[in-house]
Amino acid sequence: MSADEKNVQVAGPETVPVGKRCRRIVSMDEKDMAHAIHADYGLDPMTFLPDMDVLDNGMFDCVLDAVEAYDPDAVTAADVRRALDADVVEPADFGVLVSPAAEPFLEEMAERARAERVRWFGTNIQFFTPLYLANYCENRCVYCGFNCESGIRRARLDEAQTIAELDAIAATGQEEILLLTGEDPVTSDVDYIARACELAAARFRNVGVEVYPANVADYARLHEAGADFVTVFQETYDPVRYAKLHLRGRKRIMPYRFEAQERALRGGMRGVAFAPLLGLSEFRRDALACALHAYYVSRAYPHAEISFSCPRLRPAAGAVTPNGPHVSEAQLLQVICAYRLFMPFAGVTVSSRESARFRDHVATITATKVSAGVSTGIGEHAHQAEEGDDQFEIDDSRSLAEMCAAMRDMGLEPVMNDHVLV
Amino acid sequence: MTEHITSGAVAPGADTWTLGGKEFASRFILGSGKFRLDVVRAAVEDAGAQIVTLAVRRANTSQEGSILDAVPEGVTLLPNTSGARTAKEAVRIARLARELGCGDFIKVEVIRDARYLLPDNAETVRATDMLASEGFTVLPYMYPDLNVARDLVSAGAAAVMPLGAPIGSNRGLVTRDFIRILIEEIDLPVIVDAGIGRPSQACEAMEMGAAAVMANTAVATAGNIPLMARAFGDAVRAGRAAFLAGPGRVLDGAGEASSPLTGFLGEEDR
Repeated sequence: MSADEKNVQVAGPETVPVGKRCRRIVSMDEKDMAHAIHADYGLDPMTFLPDMDVLDNGMFDCVLDAVEAYDPDAVTAADVRRALDADVVEPADFGVLVSPAAEPFLEEMAERARAERVRWFGTNIQFFTPLYLANYCENRCVYCGFNCESGIRRARLDEAQTIAELDAIAATGQEEILLLTGEDPVTSDVDYIARACELAAARFRNVGVEVYPANVADYARLHEAGADFVTVFQETYDPVRYAKLHLRGRKRIMPYRFEAQERALRGGMRGVAFAPLLGLSEFRRDALACALHAYYVSRAYPHAEISFSCPRLRPAAGAVTPNGPHVSEAQLLQVICAYRLFMPFAGVTVSSRESARFRDHVATITATKVSAGVSTGIGEHAHQAEEGDDQFEIDDSRSLAEMCAAMRDMGLEPVMNDHVLV
Repeated sequence: MTEHITSGAVAPGADTWTLGGKEFASRFILGSGKFRLDVVRAAVEDAGAQIVTLAVRRANTSQEGSILDAVPEGVTLLPNTSGARTAKEAVRIARLARELGCGDFIKVEVIRDARYLLPDNAETVRATDMLASEGFTVLPYMYPDLNVARDLVSAGAAAVMPLGAPIGSNRGLVTRDFIRILIEEIDLPVIVDAGIGRPSQACEAMEMGAAAVMANTAVATAGNIPLMARAFGDAVRAGRAAFLAGPGRVLDGAGEASSPLTGFLGEEDR
């Protein structure tokens, strides 16, 4: 068998009985269980819907078991010292690096992170911009402006509008684009997204998608249409919190979302990105879960390009802000540095939710990719009448040219493209 | 061509080597992937490099100030197939390099391991075979395995590029003993590629008889990049001169007995 066949082959999902249920829900107490199951007309967050591919390889339980066993407050300064003195950060030590005990070591972590960043990526910094194709959404995520019960204006770009947006973005010099939709597989079906990928691939060297989790065959279709990277935010890895925050829609099925990156790789994608939305739940646990999730996926798919996104919760129209613990800038930096020390070869993207000051400095320490010229509304790039509302508020609204200048000032080399679709 | 040069047969000033019909005096190859573009030019000039590698994936851009513009004139571009996970993908990227005007040189990198970036030797042999038959001057990046190196020769490689250590690790000649075997057995230039972290390690590789040494991270991560580039250039020249001079032998153990142990032989006839 050639490596073509061994590696990049599209493997079909295993067939499992309809109604496959993860055992994870048994760890919820009775009250949580009742809430989880009844909040959404009986949709059990741990049971796959009949049309969903199920991989069920044990990774989900493996990650969640590790997080359950993690006690951030039990970590000591001596543990942190040992983890930082080791040549390699082992999976068991990631939790040490994101613990409260590691906070006084942040400067040392940042220095080590920067050394790894330079070793693996030199001074290169990559750019991309997201294009929001549609904001229809079937899910009800209480913290999100796109959620199905918020009163925002909905829109979906048609083909002519999509082309106008793509051309407007390409004219700024961008060569990488991330296509996003709200999570509505009916209004924004796979055919619609695939067409957008084709239009984008004709204008950009690198096309990624951040859409609803899909089946292996759907990802293969999008890859065929020119997409090579898939981003899926898990939001939170805490199953009880997850069930309370995601009340309706397919997104409610937590393990299906968890397996999205693996399905994307089986569909032929080159790389996948992971993220919790920090602030939805206890961020140290979510960061640990995300790191382990990415680690196990990279072990299972060693050719995959792995990256982390690092969003913090931002206020949004039509959404409530859950009372999760606030994540400070220093804590966010701690998490990002821990990702770099644990998986030094992974990409790290820092969102325009963060300030220009934070992004500029983090780019020199550990981030490898930043967005520029960002609009989270629908139809704004080509100054088409703004039809759809924004998903969330951004902080850093600098144009690509402004970002390039800022990055050069920080001693970094702007790179528009470091990808070839093969 | 045969790269082995008998000690003392060639004056250092005339010590050139040939790849794909081009003659080079410098034996230091500079990688460009981790540099700011303005530093690439300085590094090339300070190191005296005549060959600079570049990733097709990065060169494939409409960006102003592309890497293609940063390389000084007269320097030979060595595009690589970084991003290829299979032989077929390497071939596609090599063809793209040709379309981009990068010439016929191609450094084959087939890697399906994101963590250590170790080359897939079997796919590398396949890619070399396909690309050599399309007229490319193929320089395959490989894990130093003698049988694979022989297969690469048969497949039409112009040189072999064994790794000293994982890419970017700066760990030096971890695979020293196996590279030495390739130098002894393979009648093609042996170019030590990844892992060289210090000029002293580059010097050692050249003393062993490597035809050239390539470095990227070691220069790109230095505090003073032009100065480190110059240090590498000097180290490679020093190592080459030492190889040509024929190093004095190194004795293991306590030393050489002044009265040979076998000195008694021949006494029976007296």
